[in-house]
Amino acid sequence: MTTAEKYVTAAYCVIFAVVLAYVVLIAFKLQRLEREVGELERQSKAEDDERETVSVG
Amino acid sequence: MARPNRLSLTTVALASAVLVIVALALVFFVAPNDANQGFSQRIFYFHVSIAFTAYGCFAAGAWKALRYLWKHDPRADLESYVAIHQGVIFGTLVLLTGSIWAKISWGHWWLWGEDELVLFLVLYLFYCAYFMLRFSVDPGPQRANFSAVYALFGVVLIPVSFLAIRIARSFVHPEVFTLHGPNFGGWILVTYCVAQAALLVFAHALYRIELSGKRLDLRIRELRIA
Amino acid sequence: MSYFADVGALARKDLLLELRARDTLPAMLLFVVATFVVFHFSLPAHSSQLAASGLLWVAILFTALLGLGRAFVPEREQRVLDGLVLAPCDRSAIWLAKSIATLAFLVAAEVVALPVFALFFHGLSGATVAGVVLADLGICAVGTFLGAMAVATRARDLLLPLLFLPLAIPIVVGGVGASVVSAPGRYLAFLGLYDLLFGLLCWATFEYVVTE
Repeated sequence: MTTAEKYVTAAYCVIFAVVLAYVVLIAFKLQRLEREVGELERQSKAEDDERETVSVG
Repeated sequence: MARPNRLSLTTVALASAVLVIVALALVFFVAPNDANQGFSQRIFYFHVSIAFTAYGCFAAGAWKALRYLWKHDPRADLESYVAIHQGVIFGTLVLLTGSIWAKISWGHWWLWGEDELVLFLVLYLFYCAYFMLRFSVDPGPQRANFSAVYALFGVVLIPVSFLAIRIARSFVHPEVFTLHGPNFGGWILVTYCVAQAALLVFAHALYRIELSGKRLDLRIRELRIA
Repeated sequence: MSYFADVGALARKDLLLELRARDTLPAMLLFVVATFVVFHFSLPAHSSQLAASGLLWVAILFTALLGLGRAFVPEREQRVLDGLVLAPCDRSAIWLAKSIATLAFLVAAEVVALPVFALFFHGLSGATVAGVVLADLGICAVGTFLGAMAVATRARDLLLPLLFLPLAIPIVVGGVGASVVSAPGRYLAFLGLYDLLFGLLCWATFEYVVTE
């Protein structure tokens, strides 16, 4: 490979590495958020179920 | 929520990362130099893979649109939108990589003689109008209907435009300049297949990420109201 | 066949309205002739005849857009569309009727425009006229469909050209091909294919455009 070609290869690899790292990190973060929101929804539903047993005057 | 037999988001993201790294290694270090164009021809592996990935995204968007209209699947509207969004992102990359390849090969930033580039330009205009349509209507069943129907038009437009551009060649200024792929054989075929698979999985990862983000948004908003 | 009776009734309504109001058709006629005059000034001295043929199709397309932009405005302004949807007719009949009415206007405009073009520029072959007829079918089918969507959005008449032009590119290719190439057969066949495919698609999906 000539020097120019080495630079092109390096550019591609660096850009892709950054993008891939970003994608994997976001995926982890989103999965954690999904879990947390699921818990919040369960909590909220439980509270609603509790409240339903009280009759509306 | 997520269907239980689906791959988790992190699995898909990691799989795509691994595949893309393997593809990069093959493209830059294993695949042989093209006899005619040399090193610069390697962009072909990305350009064509991204092009087919974009078609795949538009097709997926149309499929989800069909599911929305036909089976009344309420989740399908958002899935269709995200798929088409990914398609437009990859379409932009096709136009960019194609332009770079054209500049390197022929010294022109745009080639009207390259059918695939022209087709993508037409589709790009079409799907950009999709967003204009979608954001011009308030959220609701009407917007979902319009988007779905328009997505179906898009998928019919793809082959019709392709045919149109082909038959237009006989009267539009015939250019000698086109982009040439390599002669397939051995490592070149393997590298292309790996690159294509890698980009498809990568697109799917991006699709799942955007979908997850948007759905979380909606769920959090609902929780706040409750 | 009450479906065609419905279509006939709706189309007749649109044509009668236009006959009384007389605003869309004269505007289209004036627009197309003015466009030809602009073309004369935009084609440099030694441009080929072919350039003028190509520009004919541009003129047809934009004249059609002018007419299409107005197609559903009366329905929207007087909320007639809701009434039509409630009526016990197949919703696609609304689209078909409106397409036929728009086609009538477009053809009426072209009956004047094509001879004017022949006068200003050069004569028209039979293939060109056939191409115009086939293209009109596609333009009206797709344009009416998109017009119904556009009129329900906030952007309205800004949106229709954006939605319509990418879909109109194959029509232009077919039409210009039929006009300039010596063997126009396959371009006319292509236009027929376009009309068939998109006509079917419009007919099948119009229901979803007007209901929720």
